[in-house]
Amino acid sequence: MTPVLEIKDLKTYFKTPRGVAKAVDGVSFAIPKGGTFALVGESGCGKSITALSVIQLVPEPAGYIASGEILLNGRDIVDLTEREKRGIRGNNISMIFQEPMTSLNPVLTIGEQIMEAITLHQGKTRKDARRAAIEMLGRVKLPDPASLLSAYPHSLSGGMRQRVMIAIALSCRPDLLIADEPTTALDVTIQAQIIDLIDELKREMSTAVLLITHNMALVYTHAETVGVMYAGKIAELSPTKTLFRNPMHPYTVKLLRSIPGQEKRGLKLDTIPGAVPPATSYPVGCRFSGRCPREMEGCANIEPPLVERAPGHFVACHLHDPEFMSKPYSKPLRHEPDELPSLAVPHEKRETLLEVKGLKTYYPIRKGLLKRVKGHLKAVDGIDLTVRKGSTLALVGESGCGKTTAGKSIIQLIRPTEGKIIFNGRELTTLSEKGLRPFKSRMQIIFQDPYSSLNPRLTVKETIEEGIRALNPGLAKKAREEKIAETLLRVGLSAETMQRYPHEFSGGQRQRIGIARALAVDPEFIVCDEAVSALDVSVQAQILNLLKSIQRDFGLSFLFITHDLGVVEYIADEVAVMYGGRIVEKGPTEEIFSNPKDAYTKRLLDAVPKIDASLLASWKLP
Amino acid sequence: MPVILATDLIIFFLVGAILYFVIASRKEGTLKSVRRELGKNRLAFACMVFLAFYVSVALLDSVRYRDAVIGDDGASAISEDGGVIYSPEALSLLDRMLSGMRTRTEKTYSAPFATHSYAKESMEGPDGGIVRDYPPLKYPGKHWLGTDRVGNDVLFTALKGIRTGVVIGAGTTIVIIPFAIFFGVVAGFYGGFIDDAVQYVYTTLSSIPGVLLIVAFMLLFGSSGYQGGLVSEGHIIWRAFVLNDRLFWLCVILGITSWTDLCRLIRGETLKLRELEYVQASRAFGIGRLSIIYRHIVPNVMHLVLITFVLQFSGLVLAEAILSYIGIGVGPEMGSWGNMINTARLELSREPVVWWNLLAAFAAMFALVLPANIFGDAVRDALDPRLRYR
Repeated sequence: MTPVLEIKDLKTYFKTPRGVAKAVDGVSFAIPKGGTFALVGESGCGKSITALSVIQLVPEPAGYIASGEILLNGRDIVDLTEREKRGIRGNNISMIFQEPMTSLNPVLTIGEQIMEAITLHQGKTRKDARRAAIEMLGRVKLPDPASLLSAYPHSLSGGMRQRVMIAIALSCRPDLLIADEPTTALDVTIQAQIIDLIDELKREMSTAVLLITHNMALVYTHAETVGVMYAGKIAELSPTKTLFRNPMHPYTVKLLRSIPGQEKRGLKLDTIPGAVPPATSYPVGCRFSGRCPREMEGCANIEPPLVERAPGHFVACHLHDPEFMSKPYSKPLRHEPDELPSLAVPHEKRETLLEVKGLKTYYPIRKGLLKRVKGHLKAVDGIDLTVRKGSTLALVGESGCGKTTAGKSIIQLIRPTEGKIIFNGRELTTLSEKGLRPFKSRMQIIFQDPYSSLNPRLTVKETIEEGIRALNPGLAKKAREEKIAETLLRVGLSAETMQRYPHEFSGGQRQRIGIARALAVDPEFIVCDEAVSALDVSVQAQILNLLKSIQRDFGLSFLFITHDLGVVEYIADEVAVMYGGRIVEKGPTEEIFSNPKDAYTKRLLDAVPKIDASLLASWKLP
Repeated sequence: MPVILATDLIIFFLVGAILYFVIASRKEGTLKSVRRELGKNRLAFACMVFLAFYVSVALLDSVRYRDAVIGDDGASAISEDGGVIYSPEALSLLDRMLSGMRTRTEKTYSAPFATHSYAKESMEGPDGGIVRDYPPLKYPGKHWLGTDRVGNDVLFTALKGIRTGVVIGAGTTIVIIPFAIFFGVVAGFYGGFIDDAVQYVYTTLSSIPGVLLIVAFMLLFGSSGYQGGLVSEGHIIWRAFVLNDRLFWLCVILGITSWTDLCRLIRGETLKLRELEYVQASRAFGIGRLSIIYRHIVPNVMHLVLITFVLQFSGLVLAEAILSYIGIGVGPEMGSWGNMINTARLELSREPVVWWNLLAAFAAMFALVLPANIFGDAVRDALDPRLRYR
């Protein structure tokens, strides 16, 4: 049977001032009818460009498909005219995007947007299209589909919008659905619903799905076949269960071992040194050479082909090539130990550092000409927390539950409305701005977005210096510079980076600078506000390792605000689950995860796709 | 005896700021890297040469003094109370350098490089009869850009217009920028009542028809002001200083009516910046609000200031032309491109067409506005560290 989609040696290049960027450089795979194929890998590996090539939407004129075939039901669609391509898009191939907030047009009703695709591709009358749209909205399980037709996107939540997007994408019963990070921007509980919905509709309509994601657990639970992409090529391709049971490419192993989770508690997460090489200058040989833990002398010069090493299991690595291994250039250059080193924080004394009692933070809602207060938005509505010295408390919950406001209220960035915050025996909420000053250096914050957390016009030195200057004004210039260099070194950056500007760093390095900024004033307590959520999994592992080692060395306490339960399981000693401004459940991490009491916590834990923890043992470097 | 106009101070300020930049950028720091970036950009350098020429002409045209009146006996004329009598004509250094061009006037229109007048006249022929022919010019071939209706050299008028153009551009900006940045940043950063008050002010200002406000203002302040040409003793308020300068009032009112757009932009940008995480991080260090504004907000709204300035610059020069047309701009005696364009309206509709006046004004303006645009872009890029070291 011909597969729905078959890609043969696809090459999609971009013309850039620095040469040709080979974003996709010889990718081949096939998806059968009703199958799900997942493409995984770090960002910048060419996953999304592969998807855009399939739907023939490579950004022109810089990007172009240099060679290769894309067969849709056996028919090559690369050389079609623009008119023919338009006929295929939406009708045979549909796509859903990451950001449901921007993928619907805010000035058109939901009905108009669904019916547009149906009338265009199926030639139905408006009346028939309307009926089809109502049916489709019902199938994606939206309540009251008929009245939803006249609603505008702004009145829908993110999850509902993503359902509408799915309804639009599937309204013409396409042969292939491309889902580019379909759940990344959604809340954990909704993520599971959306991915299950895609799964269900796929089975019903026997649509083939190309799933692009960096979430390994999602791949594990929802894809039949998986391709691991690295630097424009597929490094490993295999049925999902096989890949997770026996990953053969060092990159895959490293990627899997860098995912935080309960099974890795007390261990250092695996990290991949360096970064994905830029698409304009790949290494001559294996593209993973230079970062590979098992690199051999010949790796940098000889490119490994993608070869079937076990039934259905393709790997592009010399380590599995007996012929290569018999040659003299197979002498290993590097040989990292197989075990993950331990990284445990000693747990002797656990005195209370910070106590939060009945914290309430309300935002006034002002209305009318005179801006009178007409009500309050109760962002944080009475929470109690205890943070112990040298330990980590995780605050989890979905977006909008008030966890960030709670974090900022605790360190007095937002002055709370009510409640007590007792830090080392001192009540903070009653202090004036001036009285708070001594506490500013003892409580710091690290932010989520490594791009907006650094002022683009200040050098690294100026950024870090700001806090030292404000909180330790007596320090001489020389001592200050020494302190900055020392802090940079501690977070894994060299002292030479001082004179550079933030844009010269990668996301992970920027996050290190953000940590250095907080660390430079010698805090005792740090609020990590989604500090690793915006990072790639391998970079996330580096930052988590860093945070943990800092905690071990300085006895710091963390309040870890996050929605990623894997991170919580890995790093937190205690967990507090927040819902609607209140804490619904709190306790030691293991207890909460193994035996949740509250209904919401149960729902939250059930919703998260998980990789079988026992598989860790089988993730060995080849 | 020197005469200093209020607008001369604007030029002096501009030149002073340029000198300050040149001197301060010798020291290591942000200014030095800005200068290095500008030096690398050849196009910007070419534009800088144009702009430097314009600024120096404007500077030469802003240093002026009055000569003593020379009596019949060859000595300075002395008034009854024993003081030296000065001529009411305050000639600038530029006037004196180009005195040849200034004094070589013809009767009326003549085309560029012409030897004969542009219009026929009745003259006495060689045989004594009356003939109609093109009369020869007094200074044939000397007028590179021709002469205007009253026979003045157009090139000289265009050069005199430079000072007016630079003053309008720079002076108005000097009025706009502090207003816009201060109110915009304060409104965006503090919010609440302050924001409401600032919004109220600029919404009110921008809801008044601009031209109406300008006319009212100019009639109130500018009607008796100095407008080029002779300086009367009444204009001098203190020693040699003339405050009541029409061009100065024009800068003030154009500034007042046009700061609101920039202010609105800056307020919006500040609203966004204030919530950014690096500002929050600074607040977590307990850093004061003014210091946050100075370090984190203002540098990150400067690109808006430069873009707006560059876009408004040509508009301001044109605004001067329009206002001259309705009689409240600079006086006819003060050379300005606005006046030249204004008179060119009629010249274009006569037969044969007199085109050089418009062309001269257009070329002079073009050679200022285009380099100013390109240079402004280059400065914005040089200020942005993200675009350095590429």
